[in-house]
Amino acid sequence: MQIDLRTVSIKPLRHTFDNIARRIGGDKPASRYQEGTLDMQQTANFHYRPTWDPEHDIYDASRTAIKMADWYAFKDPRQFYYGAYTMARAKQQDTAEANFDFVENRGLAATLPESVRETVLKVLLPLRHVAWGSNMNNASVCAYSYGTGFSQPHIYHAMDQLGIAQYITRVGLLLGDVESLEEAKRAWVEDDAWQGLRRYVEDTFVIKDPVELFVAQNAALDGLLYALVYETIIDDVLSSQGGTPVAMLTQFMTDWFAETRKWVDATVKIAASESAENKAVMAGWLTHWRDRAAAALLPVGRIALGDRADEALAEVVQQFNARMAKAGVTL
Amino acid sequence: MDMQVAKKKLGLKERYAVMTRGLDWTPSYQKMEDIYPYMQYEGIKIHDWDKWEDPFRLTMDAYWKYQAEKERKLYAIIDAFNQNNGHLNVTDARYVNTVKLFISGISPLEYVAHRGFAHAGRAFPGPGPRVACLMQSLDEIRHAQTQVHSISNYNKYYNGMHDFHHMHDRVWFLSVPKSFFDDAITAGPFEFMVSIGFSFEYVLTNLLFVPFVSGAAYNGDMGTMTFGFSAQSDEARHMTLGLEVIKFILEQDPANVPIVQRWIDKWTWRGYRVLTLVAMMMDYMLPKRTMSWKEAWEVYFEENGGALFKDLARYGITMPKCAEQIALEKDHLSHQAWSTFYNYAAAANFHTWMPDEDEMAWLSSKYPESFDKHYRPRYEFWREQAAKGNRFYNKTLPMLCQTCQIPMLFTEPGDPTKICYREVDYKGDKYHFCSDHCKEIFEHEPEKYVQSWLPVHQIYQGNCFPEGTDPTVEGFDPLAAVLKYYNLEFGRDNLDFDISEDKKNFAEWRGQATKNA
Repeated sequence: MQIDLRTVSIKPLRHTFDNIARRIGGDKPASRYQEGTLDMQQTANFHYRPTWDPEHDIYDASRTAIKMADWYAFKDPRQFYYGAYTMARAKQQDTAEANFDFVENRGLAATLPESVRETVLKVLLPLRHVAWGSNMNNASVCAYSYGTGFSQPHIYHAMDQLGIAQYITRVGLLLGDVESLEEAKRAWVEDDAWQGLRRYVEDTFVIKDPVELFVAQNAALDGLLYALVYETIIDDVLSSQGGTPVAMLTQFMTDWFAETRKWVDATVKIAASESAENKAVMAGWLTHWRDRAAAALLPVGRIALGDRADEALAEVVQQFNARMAKAGVTL
Repeated sequence: MDMQVAKKKLGLKERYAVMTRGLDWTPSYQKMEDIYPYMQYEGIKIHDWDKWEDPFRLTMDAYWKYQAEKERKLYAIIDAFNQNNGHLNVTDARYVNTVKLFISGISPLEYVAHRGFAHAGRAFPGPGPRVACLMQSLDEIRHAQTQVHSISNYNKYYNGMHDFHHMHDRVWFLSVPKSFFDDAITAGPFEFMVSIGFSFEYVLTNLLFVPFVSGAAYNGDMGTMTFGFSAQSDEARHMTLGLEVIKFILEQDPANVPIVQRWIDKWTWRGYRVLTLVAMMMDYMLPKRTMSWKEAWEVYFEENGGALFKDLARYGITMPKCAEQIALEKDHLSHQAWSTFYNYAAAANFHTWMPDEDEMAWLSSKYPESFDKHYRPRYEFWREQAAKGNRFYNKTLPMLCQTCQIPMLFTEPGDPTKICYREVDYKGDKYHFCSDHCKEIFEHEPEKYVQSWLPVHQIYQGNCFPEGTDPTVEGFDPLAAVLKYYNLEFGRDNLDFDISEDKKNFAEWRGQATKNA
């Protein structure tokens, strides 16, 4: 039997805001992602030039070499507005919490083979600094890029990276202690194995072009790093050596990489498919930063994989090239 | 099961330290001044970023958990409100005009705050302030979006909000809030933190955000009220940050004190001028009043703010000197503003009206010194004229203040019968100001304020007509062309409430919801 509940029905005068209607082809119901994203950033009649960057307007598309007829061509395939974003992360956070509890309550950290534990402390812990650098870089892209379609995901990404840095810290505290964190920081600042990567990260801090920074950080570096460290070293190699509990502790990162790369790929694709000029610029950046990232990650890979690092990294680079080719940029 | 060696348990503060500050390192491949290029030019001296006291210790996992819970509740209420036609439960349709003012004047500013805090967070080398700023940046996009989502339903049934982004960048009076935030985000990162983090979020938020949300609660607007209450715990964090910023900067170097004092003076005045819109909203636009503007100023600024500045006295900070003039204006501000909007009702995206007898009595009781003497006779005259069919719409453009961009409607401090004019000659041009304070702000940074995009100047220069308009054709109607540029629909979005479609529809819909016609 059907129950027909009724409310007083009033015919609305319109279904959405005019700016949304202009963009979605008429006055029809719009999604919360659309109403929370499209045209959110001011575009006209700015009052003053930034005292910190008088060459540009407050929001200025000319801060990047990428040219778009419409910056709202950039859409987040995850349709993240704040509410959808926090709810998605809260769910992952729940899983992460359960995983940490599981490992802690069963004393699984103590069951790890010593070699695995040591490798994890050596390879994983310095990466909290890389994540911290990414937090800063994504804040930068959010602040200086043009159009909410492009800028919005970067504040989420920035805070995700802070979260990741904090999860790595927790892994460090669980498998080691505060001294392990300090030792990892010392290695990050001093040891040869990490200097290529640290130089890479510090060099990205001075990139002024927000789209290039997106490429260097989110596409190239993270594209190789997450695939190498989380998917290859932790999930494959260490797991086969009795390190499965570690994979539980880093599940957030693995899932996060799988999710966010959809957005990264979509963003690369939209920028590159706009024009031949854009495609050439994107290809140039992607090649340059991919090669630098691969070179910087090799000594890091060797800490865990020894001689097999070259092969593993080559495979990761190949996967990355395939991803980018699918996004329309052949490298 | 093996027993692990008992580890030293970290205290909350230590744990938070390894979760944030421990992440940072001193770079060596790039120079600090290249990585953080905006740290020097404002003249603020920071010797030790580690002295920063974290105002709250929230790791990201906890942040996601709490915020997601709040979002779930908020959207459940918004959905219920929409499904039930909650908008028909507001006191009367005049109330909806405060919602129009809010979404076109305030919500876009939340967005600027989001970008501004991302910029400030990126600019500061200290991990403590960076994390606090970025978390606020994330909160601010929340506020912008939850406001748009809550108010979206009003837009479906009422006029004036349908193109609020477009209007925010163009409509004359919206340049007042817009230029305020443009001013803040174009300042250096330290000044941004003092302007928005401290002056706006800490000192003035009770006079801006709170009146709208309390107004919503008093007037049966569940939707708006809910996002306000939901944002409250974020705002509490933002206020703590604002206060910590000030204390941190002041403690770092005595040379910072005069710079910060000047910023506090400037931003208290700039903020107060924007509050002109709130003052008239409180005294005229809410059918059910929460408190008068004057009472709000006395409680939230004179009492609470007074205590705050006493507390800051140990750093050498004093009460902004503009407080004296504000005290002189508090009997007049809202009336002068409402009179002006009543005049310019043809060019605004909300309706105005004359208060009824009960409301006049309320105003008399709240403003015994000024209302009956200066404003009631004016209103009675306008009401009479309107009754005779002579509702007056001013079509002459007013002169604007170069700094706050409000029409020159304010009177001389201490003389409510004389309009206050100030002017400055700068590089061969004459600039006009509503007050000594706006004039001083200009004189300190003339190169900044000569850039102001003044709506009236722009209209006269022909920059506010739709593309392709020919103002030389016979019978050219400049107001009509400007309204087209605003995308403001004549006869629906503007004019007196009494003849509005909002009023008519609301009466009809409410009848449908409450009677069996």
